[in-house]
Amino acid sequence: MNIDWINFTPWSAAIGGAVIGLAAALLVLVNGRVAGISGIVGGMLQPRADDFAWRLAFVAGLLLAPVVHAMVAASAPATIAASYPVLIVAGLLVGIGTRFAGGCTSGHGVCGLSRLSPRSLVATLAFMAAGFVTVFVVRHAIPA
Amino acid sequence: MATVFAFVAGLVFGLGLIVAGMVNPAKILGFLDIAGTWDPSLALVMVGAIAVGLVAFALARRRTMSALGLPMQLPSQRTVDARLVGGSLVFGIGWGLAGFCPGPAIVALGAGYAKAAVFVVAMLLGMGAFELIERHRARTDSAMPDAKSS
Repeated sequence: MNIDWINFTPWSAAIGGAVIGLAAALLVLVNGRVAGISGIVGGMLQPRADDFAWRLAFVAGLLLAPVVHAMVAASAPATIAASYPVLIVAGLLVGIGTRFAGGCTSGHGVCGLSRLSPRSLVATLAFMAAGFVTVFVVRHAIPA
Repeated sequence: MATVFAFVAGLVFGLGLIVAGMVNPAKILGFLDIAGTWDPSLALVMVGAIAVGLVAFALARRRTMSALGLPMQLPSQRTVDARLVGGSLVFGIGWGLAGFCPGPAIVALGAGYAKAAVFVVAMLLGMGAFELIERHRARTDSAMPDAKSS
């Protein structure tokens, strides 16, 4: 295994991670809700108007984060290499998969592991394994 | 009031993702590419988030009410089933194809990336498909014992 020392950013990763943890702490201790993005977004598609507002507000915060960040710091550009057809297939898989799994990287990976949930540990190991295998197949097994 | 705090939580969550570099799919794929040159950054994001999360959820577990007096809604499911594992595997394949999971994709959409918008629309369609499957299943399940009711 070769470490990518050029792109490895341990400090900003750990600090950004702690900020993510703070956001999850705020939502659970103040609102009593788990900061699972797929659950928050997916719940908006259910016909229950009574808890729509906080979900929409959370998503609005996510959408405005880059605008607020740009006011105080230069933003590093994102590189989205996937083609449009691949993005559509990937989006569909992420949407349906996270809802059946009852969580994604935030709900299971961050909040679930923080709760020491065995379910979330299994989910995290499963989506990580699938991610590793998928990238291996795309980048190394299929000849370019 | 709960709406305001939800907005702040979403904003802080998004800022954390940006600082961590997780809004960039190239960085996610760099983590998932263990056979290439591996970027372990995502693992440290998880360590940082869980270090704070462990304290927060330990406090949350001891309460039945949140600071705003709202019910503490923590997941109660305990069973590891095919839905959990199958769903996670399907999610992981999509994650590995694009380098996007739900949170970062929404933040990248906010940053104005057209490709993120396409991903998010497809993700919403996938979530909508889940709702339709669930509703169909609920209807057929309830129709089984008494066919006249449907």
